[in-house]
Order: sequence, then C-alpha cells, then structure tokens
Amino acid sequence: MTSVALKLSLSYGNECIFEDFSLELESGKLVCLLGKSGSGKSTLLHFIAGLLPSDVARGSVVTDDEIPLGGRIAWMAQQDLLLPWLKIIDNINLGSLLRGNRTKQDRDQAQQLLKDVELEGVENRYPHELSGGMRQRVALARTLAEQRPVNLLDEPFSGLDASTRYQLQGLASRLLANRTTLLVTHDPLEALRMADQIFVLDGRPAQVASPVTPPGDPPRQLADSRMGESYTQLMHQLNHPEVNQHAA
Amino acid sequence: MLRRFAVIIAVLIILWQLVVWLTQAPAFILPPPYDVGQALVRHFDEIMFHASVTMVEIVLGLLLGCTIGALSAWAILRFRHVRNWFLPVLVASQALPVFAIAPVLMLWLGFGMGSKIAMATLIIYFPVTAALYDGLRNTDSGWINLARIMGASNHTALKYIRLPAALPSLGSGLRIAAAIAPIGAVVGEWVGSSTGLGYLMLHANARTQVDLMFAALLVLAAFAVFLYFGIDYLVKRTVFWQSETNLETT
Repeated sequence: MTSVALKLSLSYGNECIFEDFSLELESGKLVCLLGKSGSGKSTLLHFIAGLLPSDVARGSVVTDDEIPLGGRIAWMAQQDLLLPWLKIIDNINLGSLLRGNRTKQDRDQAQQLLKDVELEGVENRYPHELSGGMRQRVALARTLAEQRPVNLLDEPFSGLDASTRYQLQGLASRLLANRTTLLVTHDPLEALRMADQIFVLDGRPAQVASPVTPPGDPPRQLADSRMGESYTQLMHQLNHPEVNQHAA
Repeated sequence: MLRRFAVIIAVLIILWQLVVWLTQAPAFILPPPYDVGQALVRHFDEIMFHASVTMVEIVLGLLLGCTIGALSAWAILRFRHVRNWFLPVLVASQALPVFAIAPVLMLWLGFGMGSKIAMATLIIYFPVTAALYDGLRNTDSGWINLARIMGASNHTALKYIRLPAALPSLGSGLRIAAAIAPIGAVVGEWVGSSTGLGYLMLHANARTQVDLMFAALLVLAAFAVFLYFGIDYLVKRTVFWQSETNLETT
C-alpha cells in the first residue's frame, strides 16, 4: 500500500494554476478532489499521472516508499476509452497486451473482474454492443486489472444517467476499498457517496480548504440523515471561495 | 444491391437509346446500345484479353501503391526528419500531373506493363499516404494517455491503438485509390503500348470501330465499379465497429 504526498507549482502559459500546493493521499483511502469546472482538478490529475510535459509543470510527487509513481498508477477517465476493435476481455487486459506480457492468468483475472462488475458473459462481445453504463463497468474492470498501488479517477461517471451513475458509484466504491485512490469530480453527491476524505479545490492559484470527512463508510446512502451536515459544509466551501483562502 | 445495379444499368441503357433516337446521331459518333452489345459479343475474346492486361496493371498498381504508401505514412509519423524533409517534397510532387510524366515513365520503364503499373502506383500513392498518415496522427489523445500510463512501447501502441484507429481513414484513401487507379493504367496505355483496354480503345477509334471502342469502355467501367465496391465491402468488414451514419435521419 502506498501513500502519496504531493507538492507542486504548476503554470500553464503565463497563468499560475498551483503555487506551493500540497495534498496527501493516505494509503488505502479514497480521497476526493471536488471543484467546479476549470478549477484545475483535472490538470492536477494529469500532472500526477505524468501526462504533462515537464516544461509546463514543475513539482514533485513523493511516495512513502520513495519509489517514483511512474508505472504504478491506473487511470480511469470520463470517456470509457475502450478500443472498439478489441473484444471486452482484451480491453480489460489492455495493460498486459500493451506491455506484451499477457498470460493465461491475466485472462482468468479478467473473467473474475467481469463477474465483479456484474457483467458475466460479455467477454467475447465488442464495446459497440454494450450500453454506456456497461462500457464504463468494463473501464472500471480494466482499471482494477492493472492492480496498481494508486488509482486516478477523472470524473469517471459524469457521462452516465443518474441511476446508472448511482449504481456504478456503489460498485466502484466497494471494489476500490483499501486501494489508494484519488477521485476528481464536480459532483458533491458523488464525493459524499464515495470518498473517505473530500478536499474542495478553488481559486487561482488553487488552494484546498480543510478536508470534509463524511460520517460512516463508503459507499454511503445519500438518504442518510447525517449526510446533511457534510453536504452543507461542501456547498458552503464551493460557493464561498474566500473562506477557503483563510482556511488554507 | 444487385437489383439496384440492374435497375441503374437498365435506366442508363434506355437513356442512351433515347439520346440516339432524339439526336439521330450516326453510328460512328454514338452507336446504339444494341450495336455495342453485338461488338462486345463479336470481339469478346479480344476484349477480355486486353481487359485482363489492364486489370493486372491496376491490381498490381494498387498493391504496390498501398504498400509503399503505408510504409511512407509510417515513416513520416515515426521519424521527425522524414516528416520535415520528405513531406514537403511529397506535397510538391502532387503539383506534377501524372499525365505529364507518363512519357518519361515510358522512356524509363519501357513499352510493356511496367510503366503502366508505375502510373497506377503513382496516382494512388498520395491519397493512400495522406489518408493513412492523417489517421495515424489523429489518434484520440485519451487512448494515447492511457497507453502511456499502462507502459506501452511504440510498437505495441502502434499495433493495438494507432493502426486500428487509423483504419477508417485508410479505408477512405483506399476507396479513392480504387476509383482512380484505372485512370493511371489507361493513361499509361494511351501514351504507348500494344496491349490493354486503353490501347484497344485508341486502336478501334483510329479504325472507326466506334462500337468496339464503346464495348471496351463498358468493360473498363464495369471493372472499375466492381473494384470500388469490392474494396468498399472489404473496408466495411474490417472496420466493423464503425456503424454507418444514418443518412436518412439527418
């Protein structure tokens, strides 16, 4: 298990998006970064994944075992990013295919993951034969198949309808339990349902306020009466950026 | 599909006959369909011999043009120097009409099939290269990011992601190639040859065997259509995930 502390300054063009920003991902926990569109949350995730060119992003990501993060993360995006020319099982095993080392074990694991995401029997179908919700389940299975110490999720359920999203949040939350995960979202309810800790990201350069820790274990029921207080807290932070600046 | 073809052909023949009746054109200007049909039957062996030569030229031109085009597209994508130095040359070369270099090819490659295959190859090389290069270049950045995070090599990323993602675009290039490859071969035959449908048409024209010329033209058109739809079918089967846009609803 890996915990990750990151510190960074980041500018895009002349604009400084993060300045001496720091965030800690506790080992085995799901941390959620909540922010409006354009708050820089997705940029931050791309930086951690090493997807930003080094001339725009300066910063460091420190892990507790001091091994660099490169090659130790799994990525799930808003688009399912399934390859339409590969069967579902090959899509789940994409990582091992791309590294040129797929084994029988990988296939077996993919079958098991299909069971876990409640999609048994579709392994030989193609992505275009599945619905949007099913495809995102496959994307989740592909992310889990990587078995990486850190999972990065970039608004993974934003493209889905409300009830499918609710189901998938529950499923993902159960399957990601005890894996270090950073989830980026603009949906406060998603954060409340899935996260162990929620940071609201706001301002330029971006800052985070003190985290909100919702009561109970994820996946939470949103109807739970104890959610109200956390929800109020989150909405307050989202709508009053000046409060964040003080708290930070 | 077959029924539609039959209807189209029937309508074209009727229109043709109507034009003949209305204009009262003499048979050495516009022979009626029946005469052309007769010429086709009478000269069947001769036409088929010349047609087979032209078809071999076209098919070999297609194979060569596609192979060289695919290798070029890959090299342009893969090597920065090729991109910087070769790409402008490639574009500039298109300013030179294939018709203009036909005599030169004849001079270099001779009177036989070689020069015609070279013509067909040249005329399809650019559309194939451009289409495949565009396809390889415009891979969805989300897929590329995913491949980088997963630790893909250049080779595996090309094999599993870039190349299949470029297939629809390559397919468009191949359709164009199928439509224009016959032009290259026939122009080559016009400039100088003793076999092929292009030669047969010139020869028949010189001897005012206009019905034979039209018969040869019909066979060439039929082969071009067959080639186009054959390649279209193969492309659709290969790129099975691309559902056809429903034109009726838009």
